[in-house]
Amino acid sequence: MRDISMERVNQTREDMLATVKSKTLTHEQKVATMANQADSLLEVLNLPEGLDELLNQPIDRQCICDLCEGHAPLRPRYIIPNYDKFMKEGSEFLNLEAPKDLYEAINALEIFYKHVPSVTNFPVYVGALDKLLDPFVQDMDEDLALKMIKLFMIHMDRTILDSFSHGNLGPEDTKAGRLVLKAIAETKDAVPNMTMKYDEDLTSDAFALECVKAALASAKPSFANHKMFRSELGEDYVIASCYNGLKYGGGSYTLCRLILGNIAKRAKDTKDFLENQLPYVMEIQARYMDERIRFIVEESGFFENNFLAKEGFISRDKFTAMFGLVGLADAVDILLEKEGHPEYRFGHSEEATALGVKIMDVINNFNNNHYNKYCEATGGHFLLHAQVGIASDLQVTPGTRIPIGEEPENLVDQLNVLSHFHHYFPSGTGDIFPIDMTVHRNPEYVLDIIKGSFQKKLRYLSFYASDSDVIRITGYLVKKSEIEKLERGENVKHDTTALGMGAKHNGHIYERKVR
Amino acid sequence: MPVNKIIPFSAVDGPGNRTAIFLQGCNFDCRYCHNPETRALCIQCGKCIETCPVKALSMQDGTVRFDPVKCVACDTCIKTCEHNASPRIRYMNAEEVLQEIHKNVPFIRGVTVSGGECTFYPEFLRQLGRHLKEEGLGFLLDSNGSYDFSEDPAGLLPVIDGVMLDIKSWSPEDHRRVTGCDNALVRRNLNLLGESGKLFEVRTVVVPELFNAEETVRETARAIRPYRKRAQENTSGEVRDIRYKIIKYRPMGVRGQYRDMVPPTDSFLQHLKEIAQEEGISDVVLI
Repeated sequence: MRDISMERVNQTREDMLATVKSKTLTHEQKVATMANQADSLLEVLNLPEGLDELLNQPIDRQCICDLCEGHAPLRPRYIIPNYDKFMKEGSEFLNLEAPKDLYEAINALEIFYKHVPSVTNFPVYVGALDKLLDPFVQDMDEDLALKMIKLFMIHMDRTILDSFSHGNLGPEDTKAGRLVLKAIAETKDAVPNMTMKYDEDLTSDAFALECVKAALASAKPSFANHKMFRSELGEDYVIASCYNGLKYGGGSYTLCRLILGNIAKRAKDTKDFLENQLPYVMEIQARYMDERIRFIVEESGFFENNFLAKEGFISRDKFTAMFGLVGLADAVDILLEKEGHPEYRFGHSEEATALGVKIMDVINNFNNNHYNKYCEATGGHFLLHAQVGIASDLQVTPGTRIPIGEEPENLVDQLNVLSHFHHYFPSGTGDIFPIDMTVHRNPEYVLDIIKGSFQKKLRYLSFYASDSDVIRITGYLVKKSEIEKLERGENVKHDTTALGMGAKHNGHIYERKVR
Repeated sequence: MPVNKIIPFSAVDGPGNRTAIFLQGCNFDCRYCHNPETRALCIQCGKCIETCPVKALSMQDGTVRFDPVKCVACDTCIKTCEHNASPRIRYMNAEEVLQEIHKNVPFIRGVTVSGGECTFYPEFLRQLGRHLKEEGLGFLLDSNGSYDFSEDPAGLLPVIDGVMLDIKSWSPEDHRRVTGCDNALVRRNLNLLGESGKLFEVRTVVVPELFNAEETVRETARAIRPYRKRAQENTSGEVRDIRYKIIKYRPMGVRGQYRDMVPPTDSFLQHLKEIAQEEGISDVVLI
């Protein structure tokens, strides 16, 4: 471990004391924040040369961002336990037998969730809730089953204090799936996030419409293109955290992101960007990720000692890593301006779309040629990820989205632009659409858009009613009423509410175009 | 064909996501008309050119021309027009309209043509419908019922999936007061469309002082009741009831001389809904 200056130690001590005294953080949030502050004093990674100049910069110049993973990763960023195995066999470490009825199943899951680490210290994946619970609800009184599932949902919302926690549904219609939809539509809570795996050939219209209705009531579930994910990741994929496609029983070691707009600022012109600046930054980000992965696998001891690995709920060889990016729109607009074409804007011209595709091809090509031996689950390569942004981002457009306020007048034009970009991102991308009130009467409207979009190779879509309290910020859910509490200086239970408040002020997420 | 507007994605013009096409021109003169600017064709008087704040309108060879790029959709031209027309209409044939529709495939399940009164242009509708059928897209008309579907001179019935029919009022006297026209043909169409399985939805806009809404809802409900299991456009093959949409009059967009009519109360609308339900209509929607 390398030495650090006393000045940095003292600065960190000041930060920790401020955390202790904070009026708005809850106890759990203080503990988590202090752990990160302490962790920042460790210097154990062999950082690639040139990283510091790209990483440790203010947001208008930063080119690489490691999304608060800390200096000494003690676990993979995202962990996706095999809950089916747990339901079938129980856990020796947790001293739990396989559940035999709905009471035991829900109780077992609630216990298990408290033992699934992640970058947020909360589970980013809570299972395919329909498939996990369906065997137990078959012969049950429906009212009782619904009540129990509602309480299960409430338990999650009040104890998993972070909305990067994700459950899955579908693609098939199930009794448990319908009960879960009813429960989330009634509870209207932010946690857990939820995705419906949609496949026109496997999902009935009736079930899909129940999902749309739930989404209009509670901003979830979102809709994932099941055919597309399955073809890339195999049958055993899940959607976790924001919208991340990952292998079941595995996860992602790390996620770092390129801030493309700032990389474009460094470039003389498009050619310089594509041939010099972008490849240089990508190389350093990839080497940084390689080093983080090496530390987790070879030094942290996580895979040797954690019960999830020891009992086979996860296995190291199902993990991969996510090579993220933000601000494709920003980079395209900056480069077109440098080329003397400020009139072409991302989302509004074929030239801008073509440049966006060119940039994505360069990134995709780089990733396909970068090898990491611990990512054998995905062919030895990272998976591209369109990152949704963080609360402190200023003038940074999420992933490959069209900036809020610049959405094309007609939704069809927006969808057609997006259709060029979603296919690059097996570990997640997505777009979000607030939907006008009148659609409550016509949920088929949303389903038609989903069907058409997935035919056009879009990957992932989220909808919420424009008048809803719970809304999707970027990839996660927050209640507007909770943001208001936080703005008044009150404590709020979910740490993601603070992120939502930042995104409201910096990312203008209340101003999305209503469809 | 004078096209007033094409909405690429509409959630309110029939089932699912549809492209809605609004044709210009109508033969009824409903006092509560919410878009009177779709009623007539431009007489090229040019008054709107003077008031357009962004100079999107100009006179060329005696015709008012419209520049869609300059237009900011402020509706000043429509407010200026004294002839219930709009300078923003585009003349398009079925082929050109079809090209616009294709831009929205595969996101839409069908097309609805509205107006004005779309059956003013039956030949256009037949051509469009033929293409849409070939392409597997649904096709609904939004009509005041003034086209004679029993004669069907243009051959519309085979190419449409259904009609969303306005029943402005039941009694002929009321109907004349509301629209200036008789309704014998409308009522005949109601039965004929119901019988031939082409009635998708019936609508009544409620203005209590203008006509007997209770009678209208009751008689209309009675008339469609025998047909209510006749399915209309449905790609899934599912049998649906005919929907009765009871719409609250709102003064938005209504011409000045009629704007003081009083909207119905919510309890009155609820009462009308109950009447329709008593008559055996299961799918009643209040808007």
